[in-house]
Amino acid sequence: MAYGYYPGCSSHGTAAEYDISTKKVCIKLGIQLEEVEDWNCCGASPAHATSEELSLALPLRNLALAEKQGLDSIMSTCSACYNRLKVAHEMVKKSPETLRRISEVAGEQYNKTLKVTHFLDFLCEEIGMEKLKEKVVKPLTDLKAVPYYGCLLTRPPEYISIDPDPENPTIMDAVIEALGAEAPDWSHKTECCGASLALSRTDIVVRLSGEILKAARFAFADCIVVACPLCYANLDMRQSQIASRHGVDYSLPILFISELIGIALGMSSEELGLDKHMISAANLLAEKGLL
Amino acid sequence: MIYQLNADVKNFGDTISELSGVDINTCYQCGKCTAGCPVVMEMSHTPNQIIRLIQLGLKEEVLNSLTPWLCASCETCTTRCPKEVDIAKIMDTLRILAIKEGYKRKERNVVAFNEIFLDSIKNNGRLQETQLAMFYNLKTMNFFKDIILGHKLFKKGKISLSGDKIKGTEAVKAIFERSKGFLDKGER
Repeated sequence: MAYGYYPGCSSHGTAAEYDISTKKVCIKLGIQLEEVEDWNCCGASPAHATSEELSLALPLRNLALAEKQGLDSIMSTCSACYNRLKVAHEMVKKSPETLRRISEVAGEQYNKTLKVTHFLDFLCEEIGMEKLKEKVVKPLTDLKAVPYYGCLLTRPPEYISIDPDPENPTIMDAVIEALGAEAPDWSHKTECCGASLALSRTDIVVRLSGEILKAARFAFADCIVVACPLCYANLDMRQSQIASRHGVDYSLPILFISELIGIALGMSSEELGLDKHMISAANLLAEKGLL
Repeated sequence: MIYQLNADVKNFGDTISELSGVDINTCYQCGKCTAGCPVVMEMSHTPNQIIRLIQLGLKEEVLNSLTPWLCASCETCTTRCPKEVDIAKIMDTLRILAIKEGYKRKERNVVAFNEIFLDSIKNNGRLQETQLAMFYNLKTMNFFKDIILGHKLFKKGKISLSGDKIKGTEAVKAIFERSKGFLDKGER
């Protein structure tokens, strides 16, 4: 059966390459993805800052649509989308009263049958690290790739469960290592990049994301691996602003986990959409013999 | 600063606990939330101070604070609280209540961002990133904000003027209508 896929709004814009590479990688790994038809935005932080009902009803409509489509699972690539879908799912599962109230607002009936995952736990469960290792044709030897989880992928642990340890998750480390790369320990795995303040308080985002880049340099990282379009937007798209503010030229490529997998599975940069990055990974990949 | 405790000390704490579903009285001021908060240096009150002010019923102080508007909703506080106080949830409740009761908007740009973001979803069913950035710049009179970045993204084919619009926009609009919200935009 096809696995339900919820791309999220950024996948059709600033994180187009995340969507492209995820789909290509899944084909290569033999998993069929089926997009939830006519999905709507999860509401992200502005919804929960405005109305609890709205913040649960927007994701609930997506969950209900996926069920209606006959899917039994829904995977998001974005941490924020995953977080909102999973929190809505868990909250209505926990309380029949919440289910009734939110279904009414959403105008849809949700039967709570879906398995709600993020790309990372989906990979672990559907493929497994052993099988992923077998599929690698171009091991990422010599590449130091620090996994950056950010905030919403592991928090709050009451509802979010891709990794048993919210403070020091290792699920992405395992993927990076399965591809033959090194995932050094570092200090900023789960620090916040300031995502929700990206436009309104860019100064804060520049500071927080700058600290993440600095910490990655301290760990001698060649690149930062992300699993969220918002982390990516702040670390890649704003990197030149951060660099000029700090007077440091980081030139640190930010790669989506799906892109890293794609490279190890032997796909070309064009196929994976790597040319869309603001901070080019071309030199790094050439240097490591991965182009 | 001298704080004036008022008669509805209990009421304000109870209101917040009721609206958020979080029992704030269990907080014993260990300060772990504040220690882990990535935005704390920008805040007018630290997260643990906000909780204490709520316990003391200092409504005006709390609803006029910058803190809820600067909270990045990263959930570090909630994750680390030894007493399971969902502080991030309380910040949401405070934002909602401050708008509902017409308190002067603090951090106007944060509020503007949220409103434009939600308008885009309401009208299109999905967030149109280009529209969000453009409308945000217009509303906050920051006409040239991120214009170089925008140009680069445009050249990379990542953003365009036409964005996604779903078939079920009416269904999404209806969700907004039915949300008991505090979606009204009054200010006292």
